[in-house]
Amino acid sequence: MNLTTRRWIPHTIAVVGLLVLLYPLAWLLATSLKPADEVVTSLDLWPSHLEWSNYTTALDGVSGVPVTRLLWNTVLIAGGAVVGNVVSCSLAAYAFARLRFRMSKVMFAFMVATLMLPHHVVLIPQYIIFNQLGMVDTYWPLILPKFLATEAFFVFLIVQFMRGLPRELEESARIDGCGAFRTYWSVTLPLSRPALITTAIFTFIWTWNDFFTQMIYLFAPEKFTITLALRSFVDQSSTSAYGPMFAMSVISVLPIVLFFFVFQRYLVQGMATSGLKG
Amino acid sequence: MSTVSTRAPARADGPAGTRPPARRRRARRREQRWPAYVFLTPWMLGAAVLTLVPMAVSLYLSFTDYNLFDPPRWVGLRNYQEMLTEDPRFWRSVGTTLLYVVIAVPLKLLLALGAAMLLKNLGRGRAFYRSAFYAPSLLGASMTIALVWRALFNDGGSVVDILGSVGIDTGGWVGSPDLAVYVIVLLTVWQFGAPMVIFLAGLQQISPELYEAAALDGAGRWRQFVSVTVPMLSPVVFFNLVLEMIQSFQVFTPAFAVSGGEGGPADSTLFYTLYLYERGFTASHMGYAAAMAWLLLVVIGIITLILFRTSRSWVFYADEEGR
Repeated sequence: MNLTTRRWIPHTIAVVGLLVLLYPLAWLLATSLKPADEVVTSLDLWPSHLEWSNYTTALDGVSGVPVTRLLWNTVLIAGGAVVGNVVSCSLAAYAFARLRFRMSKVMFAFMVATLMLPHHVVLIPQYIIFNQLGMVDTYWPLILPKFLATEAFFVFLIVQFMRGLPRELEESARIDGCGAFRTYWSVTLPLSRPALITTAIFTFIWTWNDFFTQMIYLFAPEKFTITLALRSFVDQSSTSAYGPMFAMSVISVLPIVLFFFVFQRYLVQGMATSGLKG
Repeated sequence: MSTVSTRAPARADGPAGTRPPARRRRARRREQRWPAYVFLTPWMLGAAVLTLVPMAVSLYLSFTDYNLFDPPRWVGLRNYQEMLTEDPRFWRSVGTTLLYVVIAVPLKLLLALGAAMLLKNLGRGRAFYRSAFYAPSLLGASMTIALVWRALFNDGGSVVDILGSVGIDTGGWVGSPDLAVYVIVLLTVWQFGAPMVIFLAGLQQISPELYEAAALDGAGRWRQFVSVTVPMLSPVVFFNLVLEMIQSFQVFTPAFAVSGGEGGPADSTLFYTLYLYERGFTASHMGYAAAMAWLLLVVIGIITLILFRTSRSWVFYADEEGR
């Protein structure tokens, strides 16, 4: 195998994989622009003409609530969840990864145990609690738990990352007289940025895509998220409304794609080595 | 919250050189203990109020007959007995879920690791492919994509037609009791980008110096993979394995959307959580649903415990070297 072949094989695999992978998305985009009579009958990905009215229908939203309002509602919930998770999970993770305290092993074991906790186990009692607090049909049940580090996935993710960080920097910060908070804030947290940004991105996406929790807690159409609205849109329309339905689907996933393109460059920054060298 | 508040107040009248060291030692000890609990306060609150108490309540509910409106009525082990000995649909849902987990998780992780290795050495275009491969994971859990896959694999859907045009006549997958579950398997595998990004982050965290040292010692590509990449990446592999396994046991939205909420055809996509939802929320048997949730918890717990036990022999942490 000569050098040129060795260079071309991975590129070919990547291109073919990419085409297969993106086909459903291309289909989604194409269908959202197709006239009603072409959706089922035509295998051709390209619409005969672009049916923009699918989008104007979709923009009207559901139950008189425009899509812009639905998107803003979802941004509020997802934004709150991101802030909550990054703050609370990084605090807990630092304690688990770096500090010594009584019962640390028991608590860590419990945290890992909640990692595998099926949401269904706590669902009904949580609902009863939020109902007692008068928080049903508000965004609090969707945001408040994130500020209490209930998503052990992210605590675990950041703990794993922090454990992989070299201890030398933190030790020298300690020798320079830094307390636990200052070491956390000025040394460990900046080094953990890739893990924090991964946490932020996953939190945003999972909250944005969530259907089950939102359905349980939100009832008023003007408080609906885009996913809830999409669901009622599907329920209300027949297959002849495939175009508008998938137009609304495209609108609903667009913010996720934008969010990712803004932040994706932070995702894979390898901090361990550069941290040691710097 | 600052470190200042945890330090002993400075006293001007103390004889210099004798008392401060003792005070500082005491302060240091306090400093060590208190911040840990301050860091953990949000987590401890959440663990108590939103996890431990609800877990206990739902364990209690699993021994009752409860419909959300009337007070729970104690029935002892009746729910568990019905589940394990009198309910064929329960066992059907267990079988479907296990089949799905055993096929989807290894496929997804192998593809993710393969893609991460491919992208790591790709050079030009790597950032682009990374973004593009990751895109499906952004969208895969959404209602939108489940609806797209339902349309693609339905009778007359594009994928079915494309397969038919190359001579593979499968018919509509969504309506087939044998194939419907694989629509959801493929939807899951399609999202390999998320673990791939984590693998890639792990790969790029490995110091180039380790590879340089290995190369100096005469290690070839394969030897470098086995002796440097695999051990350095093992925490990430472990993390992904646990994460994906747990998520897969709880898959809900795709099965719900692809089967129109019913787990059909012929209960072939009746995933465990879907059946739990049906018994609990549609049929208002919250006690039975709570019992199912607790059994799921126990099973996931046992499998995770096994993974953690075996991890001691294959997961390697850099800062534990030489311990």
